[in-house]
This record gives sequence, structure tokens and C-alpha cells, in this order.
Amino acid sequence: MESIGVLLTCPMNTYLEQELDKRFKLFRFWDYPSSKDFFNEHSNSIRAVVGNTTIGADAEMIEALPKMEIVSSMSVGLDKIDLARCKEKKIRVTNTPDVLTEDVADLAIGLILATLRRICESDRYVRSGSWKAGDFKLTTKFTGKPVGIIGLGRIGLAVAKRAEAFDCPISYYSRAEKRGTNYKYYPSVVELASNCQILVVACALTPETRHIVNREVMDALGPKGVVINIGRGSHVDERELVSALVEGRLGGAGIDVFENEPHVPEELFALDNVVLLPHVGSGTWETRKAMADLVLGNLEAHFLNKPLLTPVV
Amino acid sequence: MAAEAEVPSQLLILKPPPLFSDYEYKFYPKFQLLKAWESPLPTPLFLTTHAHSVKAVLSSGSSPMTSDILRHLPSLQLIVTTSVGLNQIDLPACRRRGISIANAGKVLSEDCADLAVGLFVDVLRKISAGDRFVRSSLWPAQNDFTLGSKEGERLGGKKVGIVGLGSIGLEVAKRLEAFGCIISYNSRRKKANLSYLFYSNVCELAANSDALIICCVLNDETHHMINKEVMKALGKEGVIVNIGRGAIIDEKELVQCLVQGEIGGAGLDVFENEPDVPKELFTLDNVVLSPHLAVFTPESFSDKYDLVVGNLEAFFSNKPLLSPVLDE
Repeated sequence: MESIGVLLTCPMNTYLEQELDKRFKLFRFWDYPSSKDFFNEHSNSIRAVVGNTTIGADAEMIEALPKMEIVSSMSVGLDKIDLARCKEKKIRVTNTPDVLTEDVADLAIGLILATLRRICESDRYVRSGSWKAGDFKLTTKFTGKPVGIIGLGRIGLAVAKRAEAFDCPISYYSRAEKRGTNYKYYPSVVELASNCQILVVACALTPETRHIVNREVMDALGPKGVVINIGRGSHVDERELVSALVEGRLGGAGIDVFENEPHVPEELFALDNVVLLPHVGSGTWETRKAMADLVLGNLEAHFLNKPLLTPVV
Repeated sequence: MAAEAEVPSQLLILKPPPLFSDYEYKFYPKFQLLKAWESPLPTPLFLTTHAHSVKAVLSSGSSPMTSDILRHLPSLQLIVTTSVGLNQIDLPACRRRGISIANAGKVLSEDCADLAVGLFVDVLRKISAGDRFVRSSLWPAQNDFTLGSKEGERLGGKKVGIVGLGSIGLEVAKRLEAFGCIISYNSRRKKANLSYLFYSNVCELAANSDALIICCVLNDETHHMINKEVMKALGKEGVIVNIGRGAIIDEKELVQCLVQGEIGGAGLDVFENEPDVPKELFTLDNVVLSPHLAVFTPESFSDKYDLVVGNLEAFFSNKPLLSPVLDE
């Protein structure tokens, strides 16, 4: 398979890059001054694209690579892939579900605790020597607080399971009520936000869920409420989030994803009631390796005419 | 029957506990407060002059009840402390004099456990480090935080050794099980009816764990219990979280191990000489430091206040204490 051209859209994982280099003819998208330069030179050489949540396979790329047979994404989210176009052109698409579920759920709880108990802020407090001047302030208890989850898929359920260990009552919003859980269902996000203190975004990004956490939802959550976003930046109306936080209409936020990564609204840097992470939901070496192995496994299966491991299209 | 005017009972306070600033006003109708720290007299003289007939004292972690102080309180019958820990109290002296002690019981256990888990997840998933990275505007330049060996570690499957499986330790265990951690523990005695693996000494626990979470009391046996040997047994990838007392760990040794990469990371809420924290820790990305705030929530303070007053009222009306510390 060393002659098969594979395009890696951005640096995402050293192990993955090394293995792709070993097994295929690897092209690194970022080695070229512009995408046009790359397409002009190599458009006919690429039979597979490995993308992620930063750069996937959009319409322009799909049209520019006529020999593309498969897009193997190092992510579970598919919002950066033009799925309709792939379907149309019979391009296979694979992602990396399940292996990252637990890590993302772990991070959601970590963000809740860091935000409510002010862990990052108090770490800054100690490192700056401020503790010598006096004790830190009171922080918000987590155990027993009502948690609302948007999206009760694999990740949403894993978040719920963990929050239950903290005796939190769980409620959720989903496109339809789910059978087989005891969690309270709300048919709208505003109602969910009105009835919880911690709102966790755990659904997929689709045209319907864009800005699903908007001003109305944040106002319903209120000055003691906290938004935890482990989905996609575009789930939350970022401008509204910033003004709600700055004006004190929203109590706090723990955010792993942003509308325009890696750019983060600078107004947030001045706030102590937010925790900001650089999209590390699946960022453990164990999970990244498992994701990389899925990417590699899917590519090999495709080129050996075997069934794909985790096909989406 | 006319109601008798209640004469407020005397309550001695040597140093104000952290909850005092918010709750002081609530003590007044019920108790006559003797506030030693407000007097210009040195404490022993203050006690001799004013505290001769004091039966009850309110203590806290930072308000030691040494044998010297106890000697100046001939009528003392009860010490109520806002802390769970008792290391600031001369226990043998209290035993000799028959002085009862009431502490914070289990009301603080949830908040302490929450913080322990919060620190643990932070260290493994680099939450404070990631937040620093974003706030210093490094993300646009570096693109991916996890490149360059900044990847975090999975919690699921981690063997977590809990040092001290009391009320707090049990709450920590319950939470971490939901993350898929495998729990084992060391305690003075094995606990019945638990599925967690028991190790009779802390070094063996460390050798069989990926992380240690310290939830035990500080006393003569546990002082510097986490020493070089234990840290070596834990290993280079090992993580230590301490929400007990700073002196349970040999702090000098801990700092050295962290600086030299002999252990993987630490989440610390307590230190040997608070509020002093070893400066070498400030440059490390694999440690998370919090200023002894495990119980700093409105709920814990309110519950502590209720329990303190409940214990005092029980004592002064000859009823059983709500949260007595029993001799074991």
C-alpha cells in the first residue's frame, strides 16, 4: 500500500503521522503554501483523506481530488465533512466513535468541578502568592446540584452516570424522549435550562443544533447557572455567552470548544468564573492512540476490500 | 408558667474559625463569646483572667488546643472544633482530663470528596495547565495543545489507592468508581463488607496503584507517612492527591520527586506550613495547587455552623453530643 496517496489535513497526532508515513505515500497538507498549490500538483494522487475537527473534507477539497475514495476522520464529529457530497460521489466516510466517549465525559465532570470549585482560579491564587494575604473565597458545591444534559447519546449518558455518583438529579433534552432511563425529559432546551443549574452540551452539531444554547437559554439558566460545552463551539452563541458572563446574567462556563478555534474571545481571559480548554475532550494518549488505530484500521480495510470498521457513509 | 430568661453560656474562642466572619452574629443571643484574639493580653494571661470558669471552647484547624492552653482552662469540659481533623488538639491531655470533643462529623465529606476528584481529574487531564495555555494566547501559535507530550491520561482503568477509608475516603471511592477507576485502600483496619482491595501498609498500596488519594487524619502514625519509599513505590507515572493534612506527606521529598520527575504529578489542597507553599512547585505544569479550600462552600459552612451550635446546645442542656469524637 506504500504507493497509495493519503492526504493528512493537519498535524493531529505524531503516532498517526508516523504510521501513515510507514504504510502509505503520505502528503502533508500544511507543507504547501496554499491548498491551490497542493491541488495543482497532486490532485490525482490522493485516494484517501485523513481529517479531523480542524480541517475535514469540505466541498472544495472533494471537488479538487477526483481520485478520493475514502475520508477517514480522527474524530467522532462529522461537521467538517460534506457528507451529502461524499454520499453523492460514493466516497466512504469513517469516524472514531465510542473510543473517546469516556474521556469526553470525564472532562465534562472535570470542567464542572474546575468551574464550580474555582480550581484553576485558586491555583492561580496560590502561584501568585495571594494566599499569604488571606483565605480564598467560598466556592459552589457540586454534589447534589441539578444537571441538565443536551443530547443523551453515548457521551450524554456517560456524563449522566458520573454526575449520578455525585448525587446530582439528572434531566435532559433530546430530539425525542429516550426509553430505558429514569432521567427527567424536557421537550425544550429553555425548559431544561430553567430546571437545572449545570447545563452540559453533549449533542452532535447539525444545522438544527447550531446555537442551541442561545440568549434565551442562558437567561433561563441564570446568574447561578453554569454552561459546560464539550460539543462544538457553534452549539453556543459565543457572542451572547461573552456578554452574559461579563454582565453577570450567567454564573460561569467551562468550555472546551469555540466557534473559531484556536481563537478565543479575549473578553473571557479577564473572567475568573470561566475555565477555557484548547479542545482536549479526547486528549489522552490512550484515546488518541485508539482513535489513530481506528483511522489506520479503516484505511487498511478499505484498500484491502474488507468491511470498514466504523463507517458513517 | 413564665419563661425563664436564658443566661447565655460562655463560649471561649482563641482564634476565629474561617466561618466566623459570616456567622459571628448568629452566636450572640445564644452564647457569651470570649474572644481571646481581640484582647491586648497575651493568651495565657487572658485565660487566667477571664476563662477560669469556661466549660466550652470553639476550636478550628488553625486554633491549637495545646496542653499549655488546656492547663489554663481548669473548668473545660468540651472542645467543639469546626474541622474534621483533630491534629491541633492535645488528645492525650483531653483524655486524661475527661474533656469531650465534638468535630465536624460527616458534613464536610461531600465537598472534600468533590475537591479530591476535581484535583485528580485536573492533574490527569491537565485542566489548569490547559486553561493557562489558552489564557496566555498560546493556542493560535501552537495549534494543538496535546502535541509535544501534553496529552492527558485516561481515568478509566486507573488503579487508585485511597489512604484512609473514612467518611471522606468512601465518598471519593464512590465517585471515582463512576469514572471506571479501580479502588483499593489502606486504613488502620480492614473494613467489612467492602469490595475494595485492602492493603495493610501504605507502601504496598502505592506499589499497586497508579495514584494515591490521601484522605486520612494527621497523627503520630501518619506524620510523613508518604515518604520517599512510598513515592518510589508509586513510580514515575504516579499521581498524589492530598486533601488531608500537609504533614502526612514529607513535603521536601515530594517537591524533589516532582522536580526530578520521580513521580508523575500532584494535586495538593494542604501543605506543611500553610500558607507557605514551596516555590519550586509554581513552575510545574503537572501540579495543581489549591489554598486549603476543600470545605469552602456555603453549604459546608452552614452545615458546620449548624453542627457546632447543635453540639454546644446539646452540651449545655445535658444531652448527648451530635458528633462526638469517640476514643478508638
